[in-house]
Amino acid sequence: MGTVILYTIISLSILGAVAAIVLYFVAQRFKVFEDPRIELVEAELPAANCGGCGYAGCHNLAETLVKSESFDGLFCPVGGNEVMSKIASILGRESITLDTKVAVLRCHGTCEFRPHVNKYDGASSCAIVSALYSGETGCTYGCHGFGDCVTACSFGALSMDTYTGLPVVDEQKCTACGTCVKVCPKNLFELRKRLKGDKKIYVACRNEDKGGIARKNCSVACIGCGKCLKVCAYDAITLNNNLAFIDSFKCKLCRKCVSECPTQSIIETGFPVRKEKTQAATDENIVTV
Amino acid sequence: MLKTFKKGGIHPPENKLSAKKKIVSLPIPTAVAILISQHLGAPAKILVEKGQVVKTGQLIARGEGFVSGNIHASVSGKVSKIEDIYDVSGYKRQAIFIDTTEDIWAEDIVTDSSVTREIRLNVQEIIDKILSAGIVGLGGATFPAHVKLTVPRGKKAEFLVINGVECEPYLTADHALMLEKGEEIIVGIQLLKLALNVNKAYLGIENNKPDAIACMKKLASAHQGIEVHSLQVKYPQGGEKQLIKAITDREVPSGGLPVDVGVVAFNVGTVFAVYEAVQKNKPLIERVVTISGKHVKNPANFRVRIGTPVSALIDAAGGMPEDTGKIIMGGPMMGKAIVSTDIPVVKGTSGILLMPEVESLRRNMKPCVRCAKCIFVCPMGLEPYLLLSLSQHNNFDRMEMEHIMDCIECGSCSYTCPANRPILDFIRLGKSSVGKIIRTRKKQ
Repeated sequence: MGTVILYTIISLSILGAVAAIVLYFVAQRFKVFEDPRIELVEAELPAANCGGCGYAGCHNLAETLVKSESFDGLFCPVGGNEVMSKIASILGRESITLDTKVAVLRCHGTCEFRPHVNKYDGASSCAIVSALYSGETGCTYGCHGFGDCVTACSFGALSMDTYTGLPVVDEQKCTACGTCVKVCPKNLFELRKRLKGDKKIYVACRNEDKGGIARKNCSVACIGCGKCLKVCAYDAITLNNNLAFIDSFKCKLCRKCVSECPTQSIIETGFPVRKEKTQAATDENIVTV
Repeated sequence: MLKTFKKGGIHPPENKLSAKKKIVSLPIPTAVAILISQHLGAPAKILVEKGQVVKTGQLIARGEGFVSGNIHASVSGKVSKIEDIYDVSGYKRQAIFIDTTEDIWAEDIVTDSSVTREIRLNVQEIIDKILSAGIVGLGGATFPAHVKLTVPRGKKAEFLVINGVECEPYLTADHALMLEKGEEIIVGIQLLKLALNVNKAYLGIENNKPDAIACMKKLASAHQGIEVHSLQVKYPQGGEKQLIKAITDREVPSGGLPVDVGVVAFNVGTVFAVYEAVQKNKPLIERVVTISGKHVKNPANFRVRIGTPVSALIDAAGGMPEDTGKIIMGGPMMGKAIVSTDIPVVKGTSGILLMPEVESLRRNMKPCVRCAKCIFVCPMGLEPYLLLSLSQHNNFDRMEMEHIMDCIECGSCSYTCPANRPILDFIRLGKSSVGKIIRTRKKQ
C-alpha cells in the first residue's frame, strides 16, 4: 500500500517537472511581446468599458494610445483631462486638454405642455415605440419617456422623473461618454460644453415642424421664429429646419435669448433666480431640469 | 386530407362577421388624400401641382424606383394641397389632397361592367399595362406586380399560385371578391399565365369559404390549367411561402424568392386589379376593404376609392362603437393600430377593424418560462423566444445566424405566448437593425 502511494507521488512529480520544462520553453519560443506601457496606461483608464471613446473598451483604447503617434481623436471622456495628462506623462508626450462636456436632454415636453393624443400599451422600449409610430403625443420629435437611456447609462447619471415623464441628467455623475446620445432613437441628447458654474442655456426642443404645427402639439416647442437669433450678440444661435440651436462653445451666458423666446423653449439652468421674475424662472419644473 | 403547410401555425377565432355581405360601393368622399408612397419602394414622383384639375384615373405620381408603382387620381377634382399626413406607419408622409367635383373619368378607361374575356394583347403589352396601372400586391405587402412578372434571367416560372386564402380573422374582402367577381378573376389568371408563360395556375382557398370554393371550381372547370385547391384552415396560410408549401410542396429557400422554386404568387385582389387594368384600361384607384369588429353595427365589404379617410368607412358602417380601444388597419394578426381616423385608405389596406377595448389591450408581460410554444407555432421554424432575448441584448451577429431575416412577422409567437411577451416587437426591432447591417455589408 505504502509503495503504491510512493510510486504515484514520484511518477506524478517527474511528469509535472517534465511538463513544466516543456511549457517553459514553449512559452519562451511563442512569447508575444506586448508593450509594458499598455498595461500602465490601462491602469490609469477608468475601466468602465463604456465605449465612449469610440473603441471597444479601455484595453483597446490603451493599445491605440500607445501605438499611435499623437493624441489626435483619442480622448477618454470619462477620465477627462486629468487622466489624459497622466497618460501623457507615461507616454512622454505633451498633454492635450479638451473641454469637458455634459449630456443635456433637448426636450421638455412634459405631460402638461405636450398632451397625450393616444395611448401606447406595447413593450416598454423607446426603440420599439419609435419603430412602430410617432409616439403618444402629437409631437413626432419628442421624448417617448420609456427610459432606454436610463437603462443604457453605465454611470447611473440618468433617472426617470415620474412626474414629468422625462429623463433627468445628474450632472455630477455624467461623464459625457455619449451612450445616451447613441441609444436615444429621437436623438434628443446632446453633449454640451461644461460652462462656468455648470450654467447652461440651450434650446430644449428638437421639433422641426412648422411653427403652427409644433405649437399645437406642444406649448413649449421651438417654433423657429428666429427672435433669439436677433438678440444674440455672439453669433451663437443658428436656425435650421424651423429649429434654433445654441452653440455651447460660443454662448457667453448672457441670457438675452431666454427672455426673448415666446414659447419658453430656451432653458437656463444653474443661474440664480432672477429678480424680475419671468414665467420661465418661476416655473420650478423647468429650472430644475 | 386537405392540404396545408407543415411547420407551425395557429387557429385564432375566425370572426368573419362580414362574410355574407355583398360588396357595396362607398359614396365618393368630398376630399381624398392620396399618399405617394403606397408601395414597397421609394415614394413616387409627383406630377401635379396645387390648383390643377385632375380626372379620375389620371396619373398624378410616377413610380421611379425599382419597386415603386404609379399613383393615379382616384377622384376627379382640384388638387387642393400637397402636404404631409399621418399614414399607417404612424409618421407623416407626403400626400396629394384632392377636393372632389363631379366624377369624370379619364378618356381611355372602359367603365361598363360587362366581362371582357377575349385577350388581345401580347406579353409585353400586358406587363406594360400592369406597370402603368400602378398595380401592387393587394394582400398587404404592396410589392409591385410588374416586378414579379419580370422573371430574372436564368430562372423559370413553372406555376402561378393565386392566394384566395384570407387567413386573417375578420377579413372578408377577398372572399366577397371571389363570389362576385369570379369570372373577372379567372380572366385575370389567364392574363397572368400568359404574361409568365406558365401552363398551370393553382388557386388556394381555405375550406371555411365553401361557397367561394364551389363558385371558383365551377368557373375554373371551363378552363384548362386552372386548379382550385381547398386548404385546411390555419393561420398564416396566406403567407406567400406557406401557401406555396401547402399547394406545391416546394419550400422557398432562406433569403430567396418564390421564383427560385419556379413559383410566382398573387393575391386574388391583385388578379382582379390586373384584369381591370389590362381589359378595361382602369388603373388601381379603388379596392375592396372590410370594415368589421364585434360591436360594429353593420360590418361590411366596401369598394373604396384610394385616399378615402378611414372615418368615412366607420361612418358608413354605423359609426364607431363606444367601447373601441384600437382601430386596426389590416387584419388583427398583422395589421397595425392607427393613431387618427383621418388616415387615408391605401392600396395595401385590406380591412379596418374596430376592436373593443377589453380585447385589444395587451396583458401584463411575465418572464419567459421556456415552454417553447412559440417554437411550435412558428411557421418559419425559428426560435422566437431566443430572437427576443438576442434583440434585447443587441446581439446582431447571433440574430443573423438564427435567421431572423426569414421571419415573416405573422405574429403567431406573440399570439400564443402564455407569458404575454412582446416577442414580435423585439424581433421586428432586431430585424430592422440586422437588415441595415446586411445592406451596408453588401454595399461594401
